[in-house]
Amino acid sequence: MAGTMLELRHIYKTFNLGTINEKKALIDVSLKLNDGDFVTVIGGNGAGKSTMLNAVAGVWPIDSGSIFIDGKDVTGLPDYQRASLIGRVFQDPMTGTAGTMQIDENLALAARRGHRRGLGWGVTREEREQYRERLRVLELGLEDRMTSKVGLLSGGQRQALTLLMATLQRPKILLLDEHTAALDPKTAEKVLNATERIVGESHLTTLMITHNMRDAIAHGNRLIMMNEGHIVLDVAGEEKKHLTVEDLLHKFSVATDEEFSNDQALLS
Amino acid sequence: MAAYFASLSPLVLLGNIPAGIAQGLIWGIMALGVYITFRLLDVADLTVDGTFTTGGAVAVMLILGGWNPWAALLAALAAGLLAGLCTGLLHTALGIPAILAGILTQFALYSINLAIMGFMANKPVSVDKFPLILSSRYVPTAILVGVILAAAVIAVLYWFFGTEIGSAIRSTGCNPEMSKAQGININVMKVLGLALSNGLVALAGGLMAQFQGFADINMGRGSIVIGLAAVIIGEVLGEAVLGKKLNFAGRLAFVVVGGIIYYLVIILVLWLKLNSNMLKLFTAVVVAIFLAVPYLRGQQKASFRKAGRMSALGAAKGYRTEASKSGKEAD
Repeated sequence: MAGTMLELRHIYKTFNLGTINEKKALIDVSLKLNDGDFVTVIGGNGAGKSTMLNAVAGVWPIDSGSIFIDGKDVTGLPDYQRASLIGRVFQDPMTGTAGTMQIDENLALAARRGHRRGLGWGVTREEREQYRERLRVLELGLEDRMTSKVGLLSGGQRQALTLLMATLQRPKILLLDEHTAALDPKTAEKVLNATERIVGESHLTTLMITHNMRDAIAHGNRLIMMNEGHIVLDVAGEEKKHLTVEDLLHKFSVATDEEFSNDQALLS
Repeated sequence: MAAYFASLSPLVLLGNIPAGIAQGLIWGIMALGVYITFRLLDVADLTVDGTFTTGGAVAVMLILGGWNPWAALLAALAAGLLAGLCTGLLHTALGIPAILAGILTQFALYSINLAIMGFMANKPVSVDKFPLILSSRYVPTAILVGVILAAAVIAVLYWFFGTEIGSAIRSTGCNPEMSKAQGININVMKVLGLALSNGLVALAGGLMAQFQGFADINMGRGSIVIGLAAVIIGEVLGEAVLGKKLNFAGRLAFVVVGGIIYYLVIILVLWLKLNSNMLKLFTAVVVAIFLAVPYLRGQQKASFRKAGRMSALGAAKGYRTEASKSGKEAD
């Protein structure tokens, strides 16, 4: 339980370097996640939350620093080569699934993450039975629609399916980038509950970005707050359990030395 | 006018239909290649105009050199794979937009095709001297060979796109972000898809050259448009006939049918003694209309024009919604 699962060492990332749109997105970010940590990430727009997750996922190379997943240096690997270690769920429900492909085909793609793809069948009969069981747990009725095109599903169903795909094989680390932000409150709660259950059952090391401070407090064992490319707050354990939204607002203003009400994201 | 109609003989039209079907089958096989890029990879690959000729040129030159026509056909396929590989690498390794990469390869292929044909614009190959696979002189055999080959290609594609690699190619075309997150190297998949597509197009070119008895430097011109026409005609027809039961194999079969129908329409136009130089204009207009239909249907359901018209209609009838009422009061 105590081993380090994810380690970021002095990460820097600047977008549009040398242009008027230059944006220092991550500035000397260091972070260690223990095996089984469920960390919620909050912060205003442009704070660097998504940038940090994308750096871990390997969407683009970082400018300097190192990223270790389960002791392995992945800094030099592009996203598809890191994918075997990482499960991802995106903000946009369209991003995580292939809409023109069937539910079982999407799951089969995820089941082969990190394995060599050959000329065997893309999805086998035995697999379908396994998927049926896994889908049943979501309680969305998807187990009876295995051959439906994913494009026919609702946003919430697609997000739940993406979550299942991300965790179909146990990832070393699960990255959730505001994965309930695009859903209506009721569906968001359902997906969040499914997240909580799956993460809990498999003790997955998880980074979850959220705009909702109440969710950030209610879920996970650790909370970090980002601002302007820095991690400005990092609380865990008992201290996190007793956090309130007011505490967070206060801590944020102390940490950033700014008037908090100016930050629109934190009003939500 | 009467003289014009009197000059049209229905018997001549009927007589031309079998040859039209044979040619349509070959265009249908070509269209299967276009389907891979256009529908599965979501790329309009313009390489095919050059690759079709490459296939014809390679097949004819090898047959003239004493190769077995089937072996020559396989060599044509291999040449097409290479051309697709070239476009794929220009696109993925060098970052050139897919359409431009296709145009560049196609442009280069013009010179290469001429070189293959010994810098002659036209190379005849006689069915009397060589054991060609099919020929316009023996149309029933040509149709049989065409049907068998089309069925074989459909079977292979149906199998391949059901495999792990095939699924990865399809997901790359559908959602590159998701594919990368699932550990798929999307660049490799794009190159594979482009190579496979052009291989099929070159195979069709090799068949066409044998059927017509010559390879010509311009024989591939417009292949992409003909391919798109076949794909679209086939899909519209397939969905009309089978509806939701239309599976992947059915889709591919209807693409071939689309190729046949396209060519029969051409036969009809020629029979009507319309100027055959206008054929390309005619084809382009037909393809543009079919490509536009899905968009225009969407516009019919919801567009600013329609919203404006409905609004004006409502105002004229004196309807007021709650929102507009309160808006009035606020003024």
